[in-house]
Amino acid sequence: MSSLDPRIRRAEPELWTLSTPPLDSLEHWPTYEVFVQRMRGGHAQHVGSLHAPNPEMALVLAKEQYARRSQCVALWVVPTEAILWTSPADEDLFQPAVDKSYREPQGYLNTRERLEKYRDRLQATSHD
Amino acid sequence: MIERLETLVLSLADDELIIGHRHAEWIGLGPILEEDIAFASIAQDETGHAQAYYQILTDLGLRTPDEYAFQRKASEFRCAHLVELPNFDYDYALALMRHYLYDAAEQIKLQALREGSYDPLAGLADRLLREEKYHWLHATTWIKRLAYSTEEAYLRLKSAIDQLWPYAWMLFEPLPEEAEIVEAGWIPPSSVLRERWLELIQPTLISANLFPPPPASETLLPLQGARKGLRSPYFDELLQEMTEVSSSEPGAEW
Repeated sequence: MSSLDPRIRRAEPELWTLSTPPLDSLEHWPTYEVFVQRMRGGHAQHVGSLHAPNPEMALVLAKEQYARRSQCVALWVVPTEAILWTSPADEDLFQPAVDKSYREPQGYLNTRERLEKYRDRLQATSHD
Repeated sequence: MIERLETLVLSLADDELIIGHRHAEWIGLGPILEEDIAFASIAQDETGHAQAYYQILTDLGLRTPDEYAFQRKASEFRCAHLVELPNFDYDYALALMRHYLYDAAEQIKLQALREGSYDPLAGLADRLLREEKYHWLHATTWIKRLAYSTEEAYLRLKSAIDQLWPYAWMLFEPLPEEAEIVEAGWIPPSSVLRERWLELIQPTLISANLFPPPPASETLLPLQGARKGLRSPYFDELLQEMTEVSSSEPGAEW
């Protein structure tokens, strides 16, 4: 069925597909990973990826894809191929083999009480 | 005084409204998704600029933005013919070249208005220049990228600028009663703005071997009168399409 949209009818996209030759290498654009810095001094946060012919165009296109709606003070783009990553199959890398809860924030709970207890004990021993 | 102000503001606003409409005709048809979104967003920005310009007139007790956009006769519009040109066979080089030539001109006009004596216009120009920065970055990045890529890309840009050049030149056709408008300090003469525009685009276009000589006066002659209400042959169809929805239910709330 042909489109009801007059723009589409004028542009006759069905003719494009009929006459479009297979993509050549120039049309296979690389991807870039996009990072948004939401405030000055803040860290850049990964927000997604996009296709672009070169890094400059990646920045230009990233602005409308990823910085249109929310606060942004700077954009970064990085060629996806520049990024090394660990395989999800290796996620056991990140699992501790023994209890390492002391590395977690709750390892620092009650620090003040423990410190005060320690001080009290020190005082008690010095009076001896 | 108010008639002259309306002449100036409509020349700015109608250019924005109509180029926004023409750019929007590319929605869904852009070369890749990312560019489709970016160009559609630029189209929306331009339409928003038009609305803000019309509002200046509304604040003076003249018509509302919707009335200006959707309830005027063709002969009441004051846009340049460059923005009325259709997208023809949807060659993206033509769309990008028009975007480049137009946004260069818009930037020059906004910078001049910002220094002008009419505060509402100067204040608005200052705000619009922020968005214009991105439009210009988008346009120049594409033109530079394509001009130095393949022979096909160069030839498409070349044919686009050859077709658009006289129309772009006529973006700076003097306004009716321009002497009085300049005297009021609202904006410098069109001839001065055209010189600034040429200075802005010349370096890029010359180094890309895309800079045409000034159009011959006999080429420009049939393009005259846009700022007095003479419309190009493409305008009526555009206006009919643009007002199709609003005229189906006049006065509807959106």
